Amino acid sequence: MVTRRLFTKTAAGTAAGMILTACGPKRLYEAPRDKLKMRIAEMERKYKEEYGRDVKVSDTGPAPGVHFAYALDISRCIGCRRCVYACVAENNQSRDPQLHWIRVLSMEKEKGVDFSHATAYYSPEEVPQEGHFYIPVACQQCEDSPCTKVCPTGATWAEKDGIVVIDYDWCIGCRYCMAACPYGARHFNWTQPNVPADELNTNTHYLGNRPRPKGVVEKCTWCIQRTRQGRYPACVEVCPVGARKFGNILDPNSEIRYIIEHKRVLVLKEELNTVPRFFYFYAT
Amino acid sequence: MPHRRAIEIVRLFGGFTRGSIELILRGNRAYWTWLAFLAALITSGALAYLRQVQVGLGLTAMRDQVSWGFYIGNFTFLVGVAAAAVVLVIPAYIYNWKPIREIVIYGELLAISAITMCLMFVLVDIGRPDRFWHLIPPFGHLNFPRSILAWDVMVLNLYFIVNFVVATHILYRAFHGKPYIKKLVVPMVLLSIPMAVGIHTVTAFLYNGLAARPYWNSSILAPQFLASAFCSGPAILLVALQVLRRFTRFEIQDAAIWKIAELMAYAMFLNLFLHGAEAFKEFYSNTQHVLFTRYWFFGVNGHHTLVPYAWSAVALNLTSFAIFISPRLRRNFLALNLGCLATYAGCYIEKGMGLIIPGLTPDTLGEIYEYYPTLTELRVAAGVFAVGFLVFTLMLKVAVPISLGEFMEKEPGARNEELTALLLRR
Repeated sequence: MVTRRLFTKTAAGTAAGMILTACGPKRLYEAPRDKLKMRIAEMERKYKEEYGRDVKVSDTGPAPGVHFAYALDISRCIGCRRCVYACVAENNQSRDPQLHWIRVLSMEKEKGVDFSHATAYYSPEEVPQEGHFYIPVACQQCEDSPCTKVCPTGATWAEKDGIVVIDYDWCIGCRYCMAACPYGARHFNWTQPNVPADELNTNTHYLGNRPRPKGVVEKCTWCIQRTRQGRYPACVEVCPVGARKFGNILDPNSEIRYIIEHKRVLVLKEELNTVPRFFYFYAT
Repeated sequence: MPHRRAIEIVRLFGGFTRGSIELILRGNRAYWTWLAFLAALITSGALAYLRQVQVGLGLTAMRDQVSWGFYIGNFTFLVGVAAAAVVLVIPAYIYNWKPIREIVIYGELLAISAITMCLMFVLVDIGRPDRFWHLIPPFGHLNFPRSILAWDVMVLNLYFIVNFVVATHILYRAFHGKPYIKKLVVPMVLLSIPMAVGIHTVTAFLYNGLAARPYWNSSILAPQFLASAFCSGPAILLVALQVLRRFTRFEIQDAAIWKIAELMAYAMFLNLFLHGAEAFKEFYSNTQHVLFTRYWFFGVNGHHTLVPYAWSAVALNLTSFAIFISPRLRRNFLALNLGCLATYAGCYIEKGMGLIIPGLTPDTLGEIYEYYPTLTELRVAAGVFAVGFLVFTLMLKVAVPISLGEFMEKEPGARNEELTALLLRR
């Protein structure tokens, strides 16, 4: 009967151990500072080897008193998709196969904001097309994000400044987050992503635009490598009609705060209670 | 003397392992042909998978729009098989069949094989199989209790362990000519029943909890999962029991088989009823959410790849219901086996492709990407199924003679004396 007692003891011990370790915080990004620095140095060395260029991988954390928000003026957007390609260049998205974090949907004015009649594959001679308006969609950086809730390994989470990030070194590629995201914002590297060395943006962030491996999920981070240095996201800078607004919602004098307080703003799929930090509005 | 006891245990297990291997290596031509066939499928699947690991999941038809496909569909279906196999234990107790012990064991062996396939289907679906350990504490981080996938990982593995321990224990004891330890087996068998319901409910919640996908976000999903599982699981077991009855001394009364068939009729009725209730809600209220159901049954905007599958599933399920509900038909073994086949095929289509693909088509932004599995996916899936069948075959090969008392340790001790001596010297 030693076997049975032994079995019970081992089973109980294992169960207790599993529960204890499962509940404790353990994410790679929360590793000790010096270890993270070592990892980053190693990462930069590998990128140098691969691309032949000096890549800076930043680990700048969220600044206190900063909570980012985004607003997009639907009445101004002309559907030119410059934001899509500026984003690709800035964030080192794969060129072959093509991967886009921003999707610009063309909608019919008659039907209103209705995804079932929208298309991302419009190609008229000229935009905006008669009778159409455009809704660019990327990660909505939800306050109550379904994607981070479902991740089985805790490889994705919301930072204190509101940016939902992914640890590409911890993601196992199960794509549960993609099923959970109501905005189609998450994209998977179905094959080895490919960025030509001379087009590589070498100013990168650990949780943002550093080159990604195959088999993991990626998404918009509001250009974390820029915005945490006090700059605008690339899409905001490139927009030719000034439809894109970005800022610190906790700063009472910010433009974003003005828009939310004075314009009629809406969020996509409000009924899902994801509480997006990405607002759409009609300025005129 | 723990030292001596340990040696004794090693000796007994050595005998059991040797006996099992002896049984596996013994077989007629049909047995070896079957194994060769499975080995060929496994090789083909392994080669396809190797290439998939090298190139990436781009070799499948899955894309950002339809990010889960054939693999996860099979996974879902097999969780049902695993669950239902053990729930058969209940009628085994209620109707007090003579070979209860054997029935329990075969249900459990089927559950073990099904869970093996489930875990393999998840493994071939993930983008970074090299990182699967990120899920396993203390090395990794399991997002428990927030992520339902974390729940699923836990319950599936636990269920696997429970079934494995019970089955191995019963066989191990029988091999040494001893009765199984009731205090160990009965609670674990009883535990495995709610766990069977549990694994399938948790798997349903996996989809059910996603508000982004209206097709899945319906509270009818978990009960419907269970109903269809109670059709497909017994369908496999009924055929397996008949095969066993024909080729071994294993006995099972016709009445028992007919009883299971009758229970399957009720389960199928429930399954069809729940589907009907869901279809009514979708089509009558006619909100935008009907789009997914419409895509499955009628196609949307000229996209109708799945429509033939949808209606074949309905036809197959109705056929099997008609067969099992009629006492005359279900007592006819030809009709009965056709019914099992129809059930299996119907539930497989409806729970595999019919659940996953319409759930993701159109995608959350309204785009329709028509998914259809590639050759890589079919080969890998066939390989996984072959592994499952191989596991089931080998386990049956060992379990049947042992549980029938046909194969036991010969002259216990005699042959193993040498081993004991050897170990003691060390």
